[in-house]
Amino acid sequence: MSPQNTPIIDTENDLELTERIIAPDGRRMPNPQLDRHVQDIDFDALRDLHRDMVVLRRIDAEGIALQRQGQLGLWAPCNGQEAAQIGTGRALEARDFVFPSYRETGVMYSRGAKPADYVRMWRGEEGAAYDPAELRIAPLQIIIGAQTLHAVGYAMGIRFDEADEVAVTYFGDGATSQGDVNEAMVFAASYGAPVVFVCQNNHWAISEPVGLQSQFPLAGRAPGFGIPSMRVDGNDVLACVAAMRWALDHARSGKGPAYLELVTYRMGPHTTADDPKRYRSDEELEQWRRRDPISRLEAHLRAAGELTDEHLASVQAQADEMAREMRAACLGMITRPAMAVFDRVYAEPHSGLERERDEYAAYLATFEEA
Amino acid sequence: MTQMTLGKALNAGLRQAMQDDDKVVLMGEDIGTLGGVFRITDGLLDEFGAKRVIDTPLAESGIVGTAVGLAFRGYRPVIEIQFDGFIYPAFDQIVSQVAKLHYRTQGRVKMPITIRVPWAGGIGAAEHHSESPEAYFVHTAGLRVIAVSDPQDAYRCLRQAIASDDPVLFFEPKRLYHHKGEVDLEAPLADAPPMGLARVVRAGTDATIITYGAMVRTALDAAAAAEDEGISLEVIDLRSLSPVDYETVSASVRRTGRVVVAHEASREAGVGAEIIASITEFCFEYLEAAPVRVTGHDIPYPPAKLEKFHLPDLDRILDAVDRVMDRPNSLSAAKEAQQ
Repeated sequence: MSPQNTPIIDTENDLELTERIIAPDGRRMPNPQLDRHVQDIDFDALRDLHRDMVVLRRIDAEGIALQRQGQLGLWAPCNGQEAAQIGTGRALEARDFVFPSYRETGVMYSRGAKPADYVRMWRGEEGAAYDPAELRIAPLQIIIGAQTLHAVGYAMGIRFDEADEVAVTYFGDGATSQGDVNEAMVFAASYGAPVVFVCQNNHWAISEPVGLQSQFPLAGRAPGFGIPSMRVDGNDVLACVAAMRWALDHARSGKGPAYLELVTYRMGPHTTADDPKRYRSDEELEQWRRRDPISRLEAHLRAAGELTDEHLASVQAQADEMAREMRAACLGMITRPAMAVFDRVYAEPHSGLERERDEYAAYLATFEEA
Repeated sequence: MTQMTLGKALNAGLRQAMQDDDKVVLMGEDIGTLGGVFRITDGLLDEFGAKRVIDTPLAESGIVGTAVGLAFRGYRPVIEIQFDGFIYPAFDQIVSQVAKLHYRTQGRVKMPITIRVPWAGGIGAAEHHSESPEAYFVHTAGLRVIAVSDPQDAYRCLRQAIASDDPVLFFEPKRLYHHKGEVDLEAPLADAPPMGLARVVRAGTDATIITYGAMVRTALDAAAAAEDEGISLEVIDLRSLSPVDYETVSASVRRTGRVVVAHEASREAGVGAEIIASITEFCFEYLEAAPVRVTGHDIPYPPAKLEKFHLPDLDRILDAVDRVMDRPNSLSAAKEAQQ
């Protein structure tokens, strides 16, 4: 093949080359590549996916509200990315292990996170949000792309152990510019590691558009590392389930890594510290509102006569209950005593830190005596 | 007891650690078939196979980052960074990930990773092959930093580092890789001094020289030379830079009242600054003179033909000893010249 320097696609806008099963208006479309992976998904299962997305959107809204009310230091919204996160998260087996970025609230939900788990880190109570062994998710990662290498290392371990597991890593379009993500793909391919790379292309890395990260579809990079990839409509939850099952099957069957680019959109700010009005247009937002993942599935279910107002009301009630529990867990958190800042820096005694802890304890004791 | 070089002792230490625990895996560039550019992993690929002696792509962040993932899965990776100056591409994975995961997860995730670094200068190497980056890691909570200086200690400390549930930066002075000494391969590890402890390698009464790594030998040479002039120098090998064993250090300073700290790394905000600040806090009333640092200059590591002007040598250490002993020295000579 001759050198290809011409962009083959408008990376910011073109969705035509993404794989999808349900069109934005809810129509079911045949997809020879994906259909076979979701033949078992009936209307009950679709309603479950719908419920998960509605609950996730509510969790996200509550996170923003808690931050605005001063209860959380920060929140990283995932509104708009429900299909990408629930679709891929629900395709995982319990034994698989996930290495997420900070925006994977939906993946946490799909792995069974408890209400407090969503807020503990953002409230500043602990460095990690939950027990990684229990949820089988590594701590949320804030350094961009660093977790992709961890997933590959974990997957190398799976291979050495000859275990029937897959490591999965989530990252955004901005992360694809990072050296770590590229090194992760080199290592994954070299060792045939059973790892799935899930790139949620939500079009904006804070204020930088995806076109600044890449002039070429992000899924187009993986084959250059020897990793098969798929570019998927990330607002089509059924396509996300199907593509993730393909990727997981591929990795689980010993064929090495797989890569998904889920083309979606971050409807809110990057975090609650950000103002997207400064860098993107209302027209663009409106364009993506018409592709909303939840409305799309509702349209599909309604057209099939499989969605009632009563069901929607009960789902909304479930979502509200989750938000209530999350708020109660947040407000009920008890901050550990001052001396806890020294706890578990090291696994074994460290004389320097012990001396410093003793000094601080003595200092604190002077207040008690006074 | 067996006579062997420091390099061979490290090789023996790795072999023993791998035999003791099948979760120990080695990772690094050229460590397999080649046995490492310094041959420290020589023969281990044949003995343990490619799942435990892993030749990696040339990507330092990738090596450390994948080791983090292996540690998540219960492995105990031992990484070789090919040269000290190549550690910087892995800096984020070391200080942001390896160092912090235990704390962030309140002990739920352990990072028992040993990062071996062929280290420091004096071998006439090319650029980026002679650096002393230890202060960066001493400054990072969650890491332990070890610097060895003789074959016996290298053999034991490496095994202790690998057995530790904490991440360890393990600095190996490449200038001493061919230095020989007696190594007891049979003694139980439990009988060895813990890796956090300093040791007095030469007892003395007039002043204490505190140092580590290849500089231990230079300091011992200086102490032998000073003896000819009737000055008795105590030499302390720190062995561990995080934590520093201030019990041993302070006990010596209280005996001698005079301190010289010597290291190859440059001066500004270096390990020597930290040690002297702490000594000043802990034993101020015992000090007979202001402590003095002898260090590399605050310059990029110079080209090979100039490195002898950068590295502290016996004479610069003795000049510092003269300063703390209030004998005629380079500073007093300069002052006299001004007057």
